[in-house]
Amino acid sequence: MNAAQLLKGEKGKILKIEINVLRCKLLEMGCYPGNIMQMKMLAPLGDPIAFDIGGYTLALRKEEAKLIEVELI
Amino acid sequence: MHTKSLHIVLIGNPNTGKTSLFNNLTGSNQKVSNLPGTTVEEKKGFYILNDEIINVTDLPGIYSLYPKSNDEKLSVEYLLEYSDCIDKIVFVADASNLSRNLLLLSQVADLGIPIVLALNMLDMAYKKSLITDIDLLSKELGIIICPINGRNGEGLKNLNLQIQKKSNLYQTTFFNPNKEQLVVIEQEPSKGTNYYKWLKTYLKYTNNNPKEIIDISNVLNESTIAEETTYRFDKIEQISNQVQTKKTLNAKTVTYQLDNVLLHPIWGFAVFFSVLFLIFQSVFRIAKYPMQWIESGFAFTIENLKNLLPNGVINNLITDGIIPGISGIIVFLPQIIILFFILALLEDSGYMTRVSFITDRLMRKFGLNGKSVIPLIGSMACAIPSIMSTRNIDNKKDRLITILVTPLMSCSARLPVYTLLASLLVVDTSFFGLDFRGLLMLCMYMLGFIAAMFFALIFKWILKQKEKSFFVLELPDYRLPRWKNIGITLKDKIKDFVWNAGKIIFAVSILLWFLANYAPNNAFEKIEEKYKMYTLADKQEKIQSEKLEASYAGILGKSIEPAIKPLGYDWKIGIALITSFAAREVFVGTVATIYSAGNSDDEQVLSDTLKKQKNSDGSILYTPAVILSLLVFYAFAMQCISTLAVTFRETKSYKWPVLQFVYMSSFAYLMSFIVYNIFK
Repeated sequence: MNAAQLLKGEKGKILKIEINVLRCKLLEMGCYPGNIMQMKMLAPLGDPIAFDIGGYTLALRKEEAKLIEVELI
Repeated sequence: MHTKSLHIVLIGNPNTGKTSLFNNLTGSNQKVSNLPGTTVEEKKGFYILNDEIINVTDLPGIYSLYPKSNDEKLSVEYLLEYSDCIDKIVFVADASNLSRNLLLLSQVADLGIPIVLALNMLDMAYKKSLITDIDLLSKELGIIICPINGRNGEGLKNLNLQIQKKSNLYQTTFFNPNKEQLVVIEQEPSKGTNYYKWLKTYLKYTNNNPKEIIDISNVLNESTIAEETTYRFDKIEQISNQVQTKKTLNAKTVTYQLDNVLLHPIWGFAVFFSVLFLIFQSVFRIAKYPMQWIESGFAFTIENLKNLLPNGVINNLITDGIIPGISGIIVFLPQIIILFFILALLEDSGYMTRVSFITDRLMRKFGLNGKSVIPLIGSMACAIPSIMSTRNIDNKKDRLITILVTPLMSCSARLPVYTLLASLLVVDTSFFGLDFRGLLMLCMYMLGFIAAMFFALIFKWILKQKEKSFFVLELPDYRLPRWKNIGITLKDKIKDFVWNAGKIIFAVSILLWFLANYAPNNAFEKIEEKYKMYTLADKQEKIQSEKLEASYAGILGKSIEPAIKPLGYDWKIGIALITSFAAREVFVGTVATIYSAGNSDDEQVLSDTLKKQKNSDGSILYTPAVILSLLVFYAFAMQCISTLAVTFRETKSYKWPVLQFVYMSSFAYLMSFIVYNIFK
């Protein structure tokens, strides 16, 4: 599954990031394999999504969250 | 005498309290400057410590040494360029978010410049139930760590001690370029560590984009960087697992609870609109009083100077040209100070990023970005600082569109024009219990916003750039505003505004004064001659308005009359349109001069005079059709040289300010034409 499919409060362990121009940016923001991201909140209009990653909040569009493959934990 | 000096550089992730530390270290000894050839500000400051001058450079916050946006690029290039003369890097890190901060630290450390780690926000980390073993972390990194509290300045003494000390710890090397990368950097003989050489090569090729890049693209690509980043994180994870222990999970922080309200589908938008309403109210209601004081202060000064100075050209130039020009800028200071204050407050507390978050979906439809909302709101005061604030939009196309449409939002310079025209259009009547003029104002602001969205949509289709739009944004924890930071930001912005807008308005007002006070072929003398015989009560005023007609400004106005006739304007309005290019609010003063309405500060007198104006055929000049046409023209036309200059500076190309001027002005012309013909 990917990070966009996480429901509010659910946690996922990052497995990998799809090859994409944003790959490095996402990695640098802390979305590296092994790290855990928790779906924190959906924006009022349903997009973007706020995640908690290693203690800070990162907002990503759905499109971008789809690039992150996670495993539900 | 201070014989020794040190050069230190502050670097770190955004939102780590870097600016607070900079302010705490340097106090008021700082200077913000635009680097030549770049659009990005670098902050410099100094302080004196034990007879040694410490020069501090504060670089824009970055997440990694592989830059994505303009301000990130500056930080990286600065580090590489000046690596030889940097005595020490002070790396500011947020302890509550250690791993991500350590990624950049590991990259910076690999450059081989002496470094000291200022670990900030340990209290925040503690609140998140993170316990940090600082000694162990220091040992693992091979870097001296000074715990600091950016808020109250705790730990500063120790940090200063370390800044002056020569470090003798052996810094860990996190990453060394692999064989293939080494082959690439060998073509590039330079000193420094391997990673330094690698990064320099990488930046050189990604900047220049020459053919050579294809030859080495198997080495120089996103994959290599991704691999390197993953490798670094593996190492960092090992370290941070050792040094930080998490006591409990999921403590409900203040930020979490606030976000539940501020990002709520209903409450979130309710708060957002209340904030907008608050901005409007303060900018228009509160600022009204100091603006009146400033206006009457200037009127008083002009009157006294007129009597004080000997009669003549100098007197005229100062009292009719220069001082009114200066007062035109100063009078907007209250509005701008209030607006900047509120914006700085919202920015510093962490709310602005939330606004981007909740509006991104909507903005995306128009080819913009959640981050575009802040400049759009800001340009209700002034487009100039707003265009500068687009720097943090990392997608080039989104940023460009934001810059292009931002001046369509009704800025504070249009306000006096709207006010005057509205007073001509309607008597004080109420419309379903609402003040009609207030309603008209609201319509004008809506009009600006709708036009901005409309053109954003058009540019979204026209501008072909392959770069994909994205939105990756850190939402920092909420915090109480740090007044010192806000004060310093405010001071810088005001200085920037007064200086940048000021010098242009100053120059143009002198030019205008010349155009309005000189005429070819001794035309003025002839007019004086003509009126010598008469003893009319309004002789002086008649002379003045005839002089204006004969002056260079009058000739200019008449020459454009054929072009503006279809909009319902005569040559007098033409002069006002031309002078408005200095600044829109000049319209009011120019109209006052043209119709010799005397003291322009008395709005009622001016309004009454305008109502009496007739066309040559005896019909009323300011019909509702003309007024509406003028309102629309001022809402859309690009009449601000300073904005064009700033667009040029930010886009580094003549193309975009030209496009901005052409599309806005032709749209204004077209809309005014349509409006005039509908209501005629």
